[in-house]
Amino acid sequence: MKEILLQIDGRQVKATEGMTLLEAAQSADIFIPTLCHHEKLEPYGGCRLCIVEVEVNGWTKLVVSCVYPVEENIIVRTRSEKVDKIRKMILELLLAHAPDSLQLQAFAKEYGADRDRFEKEASFCIHCGLCVRYCAEVKKKHAVGFVNSGARREISFIPEIAAKECNDCKECFELCPTSYLQAVFVLTEALAFP
Amino acid sequence: MDNDKIDQIINKHQGKASSLIQVLIEIQNQNHWLPKEVLDKVSKKLEVPLTRVMQIATFYKTFSLIPKGRNEVHVCTGSSCHARGSARLLDTVQDLIGIRPGETDSDSKFSLETSNCLGCCNLGPEIIINGKHHARLTPDQAEDVLKNYK
Amino acid sequence: MPRINSAAELEERRSGILSKRDPDKTCISICSGMGCHGLGNDRVISAFEEEINKQNLKTKVDIRVTGCHGFCEKGPIVVIYPEEICYMEVTPEDVPEIISQTVLEKKVIDRLIYTDPNTGEKAAHQSEIPFYKNQTQYLISYNPKIDPTSIDDYLANGGYSGLSKALFEMSPEQVLEEVKKANLRGRGGGGFPAGRKWETARNAPGKDKYVIVNGHEGEPGAYMDRAIFTGNPHLVLEGLIIGAYAIGSHQGFIYTRHDTPQLKKNIDIALAKATEYGLLGENILGSGFNFNVEVHFDVGIFVSGESSALMSSIEGKNPEPRPKYIRTSVRGVWDMPTNLNNVETWANVSQIINKGAEWYTSIGTEKSKGTKLISLSGNIVNTGVVEVPFGTTLRELVYDIGGGVPNGKKLKAIHFGGPMGGSIPEEFLDTPLDFDELAKLGAPIGAGGLLVLDEDTNMVEKTRFFLDFLVNESCGKCVPCREGIRQMAKILTNISEGNGKEGDIELLEEIAEVAGTASLCALGKTASDPLLSSLRYFRDEYEARIK
Repeated sequence: MKEILLQIDGRQVKATEGMTLLEAAQSADIFIPTLCHHEKLEPYGGCRLCIVEVEVNGWTKLVVSCVYPVEENIIVRTRSEKVDKIRKMILELLLAHAPDSLQLQAFAKEYGADRDRFEKEASFCIHCGLCVRYCAEVKKKHAVGFVNSGARREISFIPEIAAKECNDCKECFELCPTSYLQAVFVLTEALAFP
Repeated sequence: MDNDKIDQIINKHQGKASSLIQVLIEIQNQNHWLPKEVLDKVSKKLEVPLTRVMQIATFYKTFSLIPKGRNEVHVCTGSSCHARGSARLLDTVQDLIGIRPGETDSDSKFSLETSNCLGCCNLGPEIIINGKHHARLTPDQAEDVLKNYK
Repeated sequence: MPRINSAAELEERRSGILSKRDPDKTCISICSGMGCHGLGNDRVISAFEEEINKQNLKTKVDIRVTGCHGFCEKGPIVVIYPEEICYMEVTPEDVPEIISQTVLEKKVIDRLIYTDPNTGEKAAHQSEIPFYKNQTQYLISYNPKIDPTSIDDYLANGGYSGLSKALFEMSPEQVLEEVKKANLRGRGGGGFPAGRKWETARNAPGKDKYVIVNGHEGEPGAYMDRAIFTGNPHLVLEGLIIGAYAIGSHQGFIYTRHDTPQLKKNIDIALAKATEYGLLGENILGSGFNFNVEVHFDVGIFVSGESSALMSSIEGKNPEPRPKYIRTSVRGVWDMPTNLNNVETWANVSQIINKGAEWYTSIGTEKSKGTKLISLSGNIVNTGVVEVPFGTTLRELVYDIGGGVPNGKKLKAIHFGGPMGGSIPEEFLDTPLDFDELAKLGAPIGAGGLLVLDEDTNMVEKTRFFLDFLVNESCGKCVPCREGIRQMAKILTNISEGNGKEGDIELLEEIAEVAGTASLCALGKTASDPLLSSLRYFRDEYEARIK
C-alpha cells in the first residue's frame, strides 16, 4: 500500500492509499463530527456533517470527508467559517425531526445550532441509515430497509424477517443517533401490525 | 392476476438481480399493482433481499402496492401545464371524483395520480385516462370527459 | 435481410434501397410524435389507409408514419411529398379531400395550410412557414423523411455512413480527436465537453468499459430527446456505436422512459434491425469491432436521470446517487469506466464524423458549437420542438419561431432548465443561446426546455411549484437536499399564501447556500437555482408578499 502524506489542521498526517479523509483524520486523533458513519460499514455520505475544507494546488473546495479519498499533499481544514455554517444548518434541519437526540444536542452546542429554528416535525428518524446498513452489511439479515423517496423516505421493518431475527439481535438500536427511539418504534409497529 | 403469467415473467429473469426493475415493470403493466406475495416471490427468485425489492417498489411513482381503480386518471402537472392552469384542473377533477392523488375510490372506479411532464406540452392542460389524452381542457370541461368512464 | 460485411456492401445496400425508390412518387408523411398522437392522429392514419385502399392507390402512394416534425401546436401534421405541402390540424374528415385534391389533382387545400395569425398570410410549404423557416435543422430534419421502424429509410438518408467512415477510415484515437476538435458539449445539462469525457473513459483502467445513452429526460417541459429518439432511433444508435469504438467499449446501455410506448417499441425494433444488418453485435460491418446494447427503463422518478443514480439503477439497485469524487467516466457501472451522454449529444456524433469538426465548429458561438434542440412550452403560441444554431437570440426563439405570447399578453420571463434551472426577465431577450452566457445570467440551458411565462405569472408561486416538485422526486438520501428542499418549499408555500414573515428571504438564501454546497448530487446542488434566479430578478415579488 502506498503511503500518502497530507496535512490536516496544520499537522502532517500519514495515510495509505484508498483511505478516506475521515479515516486519515481519525487515525491521527483529529475529530470530525459524523452521524451516518460507522467503521464497520461502507462509507455512505448521507448526513454531510463531516464536510471539510480541502486545498488542492491552491484551490479550496468543500468535500465530504467520509467519502473523499486521501490525496498526496492536500491541505485539510476540519473547521472554518463555511464548514461551521453548513454543519449548523444541517443540525438545525435535523433537530426539527429529533429535537431530543442527545447526540444532536451536543453537536448543536458546539456549532451554535438553534434547536427551534425550524418547525418541529418530530419523526425522530434522521435517515442516517445506520440500522438499515448494519442489518444488511454486518448482520446480513435485511430485516429493515428504506421505503419511499425524497421527503417521504422512512425506515421499515419486514415483519416476517423481523419476527424471526430481531428479538435476539437488536444491535441496531444502540447505533441510532436519536437515542433508540426510531428503530424501537418502527419495529414494534411492524410486529404489532404486520 | 394470472399466477402463471407472473411466474413466467419472474422465471425469465431468474437469479438475475439486475433485472429487478424490469421484472417489476412487467408485473405492474400486467397486473396494475404489486401484491405482497408477488414481491416475496420476486425477492426469492431473483435472489434480492426483500428490503431492496420494497425500496424500489415504493421509490418509483409507477409502482403501486395497492390495487388500482378500473380507470386510471392522470392529471399532468408539468411546468407547462402548470403555467396553463393545471392546478385548477386538478382541483376540479379531485372534487368530481372525490379522491386525492395517490388514492382509489371506494367502488374502484377511479384512481387519481398527478403525472410529471409527458412531453406533449401542446396538449396542456390535459388529463390522461387509461392512456388516452384529453387535451386542452378547461376545468368546466372535465365533468363531460369523466362521465364517459364507468 | 442478410448482414452487411463491409463498407462497400453497406454502400451497395444503400444504392439498392435508393434504386427501388422513385423520388417523384407521392408520399404522405404523417407525424406521429407525442403531440400529434395525443391529438388523435391514429384516426388520421387509419383514414388515409382506408381512403387509399378504397381508391386503389396502393401502388401510387406511400404512407409514412414518422416521428415528431416539431410543430406540435398545429398537429396532427401531414406533409405530402414530393411537393412538401404541409397540412395542419388534419382531421379524419379532411382525408378524402386531401387524396382527391392534393394527391390526385396536385391542388393545395387552402383551409389546411398555415395562416400567419398576425398577417393572415398563407404558406403551403414547410420552407415558407416562419416556424420552420427560422430554424436550422441538422438533426430533426430527418424526422419527416424517416419511418422510425424502417432501417432502410435511415440508410436511404445516408445513415450509418458516419459509422462506416469511423470504423474503416479512422482509428479510435482519430475519432476521439475529431469529437474533441468539434467541441461537442453535452446536451444533457452541464455542457461538459463530450470529447474530454470520452478520453477519460478511454484512458481509465478497466477490463470492461461501458457507454450509456441517457434518455431519461425527466425535466418537465423538455421533450426534444423523445422527439429525436422516437423519430430517428438509428441516429442515436449510430452515434453510440461510434462513441463505443472511440472509447473501446463493447457494451452499451440505453436508459430511457417506460411511459412512452412508441419510444420503447422503436428502440427495440432499431436494435433488432441494426443487429440483423450487421451494424450491431459481433464483427460490425466486418470490421472486427464488437458492440452490444441493453435497454433499461426509468419508472418515474426525477432523480434517476442523475448519472450515478442511473448507473445504480442499471445494476438493479435503487437509483440513489453516489458521491462522485471519483468520476463515473473512471468508475461507473460495476465500478468500470463508463461514459454517459444524453440522446441529443449522441445524435450529433455521426454528422461530426461525416462532415468533420471544421464544418461543425463553423456553426454556433465561440464556445457553444452546433445546433441545439429546444422545446418551447408554457405561454407560447407555437408549442413544439425546434432546432437552432447556438447564438440564436432568445427573442428569435420566442417570437420569430415561437410566435410570441398568446392572448395578447405580455412576456414576463423565460425559464430554462426546469426545476434545476432559472428564470430571466424580458429585458434579457436579446441574449444569444449559449451555454455560458445563459449560465451567467442564472438560467442555464439545462436539457433545453424553454418555458415561456406571461405577465400573469406569479414568480413566487412558480418557484414554489418547482421546489414542491423536487420534494418527492429527490432520493432522500442526503440531509441538505432532502431537508433543505422540504424547508424551502414550506417557507415558499407560506409566502405564497400570504403568511410570510420578516427574515424568510434571508433564511431561504441561507438554506439554498447550504443545499447548493453540501448536497450529494447535482439535484440537491441545483434544486435552489430557480429560487436564486427569481430572487435575483423578481425579489420585489417576494418582498411584496411578506408583511
